[in-house]
Amino acid sequence: MGQEARILKVLQRVSGKNLAPAADESLFVSGLLDSFALTDFVAALEEEFGVSIPDSDLSARKFDTLEKVDSYISAKSA
Amino acid sequence: MAYIRAFGSHLPARRVGNDELASLVGATPEWILSVSGIEERRYAADEETVASLGLAAAQDCLANAGVTSNQLGLILVSSGSADHLSPGPASQIAAALGLASTPALDIPVASAGSLIALALANDLAPRFGKVLVVGAEIMSRRIERTPQGKDTAILFGDGAGACLVDLESGCADPQTVCLRIADSLLLTDGSAAEILKIENGRILMEGKTVILQAYRKIPRAIHDLLARNALTPADVQVFLLHQANLNLIERVAAGLKVPRERFFVNIARCGNTSSASLLIAAAEWRRAHTAPLTGPVVFSAFGAGLNWGALLALPA
Repeated sequence: MGQEARILKVLQRVSGKNLAPAADESLFVSGLLDSFALTDFVAALEEEFGVSIPDSDLSARKFDTLEKVDSYISAKSA
Repeated sequence: MAYIRAFGSHLPARRVGNDELASLVGATPEWILSVSGIEERRYAADEETVASLGLAAAQDCLANAGVTSNQLGLILVSSGSADHLSPGPASQIAAALGLASTPALDIPVASAGSLIALALANDLAPRFGKVLVVGAEIMSRRIERTPQGKDTAILFGDGAGACLVDLESGCADPQTVCLRIADSLLLTDGSAAEILKIENGRILMEGKTVILQAYRKIPRAIHDLLARNALTPADVQVFLLHQANLNLIERVAAGLKVPRERFFVNIARCGNTSSASLLIAAAEWRRAHTAPLTGPVVFSAFGAGLNWGALLALPA
């Protein structure tokens, strides 16, 4: 399974919704994430990809679309 | 090490329910309750000021402690919503208490200010003696009750809390809180200051990022403080937190693996009163629980700056 698919799977598990938003679609506007689901999403990303997301990166803007999350995880994994 | 002898609080009379706010901000009362846990908050009347609310809480605290204002050695006042940047409300509160030479200092840190003041009071009590800590806020004048201001308008309310910190325990009086401040942890990270600030008289908050930061930082501060005192969250009898959002408090409880019932919450009735909330919650908790404490109490807050931390108090 590719990275994008793994991110989507994490998102669907955290949100409890079997939706597949467009890569550049806001995860908040689409209703997949709210403030509190975002905390779960970030924690689940750390676990799924074995990365540590530092406090300095804890901004909702970094995680509000699938393509931003994909880019972020790629950079962290490089 | 100093003691917490008494708490006090004051809430303005006007109650603002979700029904009243919902139509102004373009939301439903049910939505406001679901995202915040808030059913109503209090708003100050036009003639009330941050100082007048703080004075009422201070007087309540002094009465609970059985102490008169002329016994105070220092007053610390936390407010992020003060009517004037300088002078802040501390000197007004001191004057209203009849004090003309007692030092009175402002700590203008929204949300976390009263935690900072409590920690400083503990450190300063050996020099100044009795230290009165006050947190007072009129946040209703820092929000916009419009659809654009919805995210903050639904949260904030007005009120004041107070605490007397003293080198004398006062434990012989069963009315006193009788807690010894054992340790505190204060932290600041200015790199994310933009996510929560008061600018041009209005509060600006990136709510999702604030929650993300707070959910990480609050449990870690509590863990670190307890660990260096050879304690764990399970050892704590009561958690008194800044009343920011019920969902956040519940998540912190879950993150610490502590029953939610150990966290005193009053946010449903008071809303988020910024830096006043910690001491209002402490005062209401004390009024509801007068039996002697048998275990540790942890105070914690997170707010503008970013400033956050925790304070550990033990039964004296």
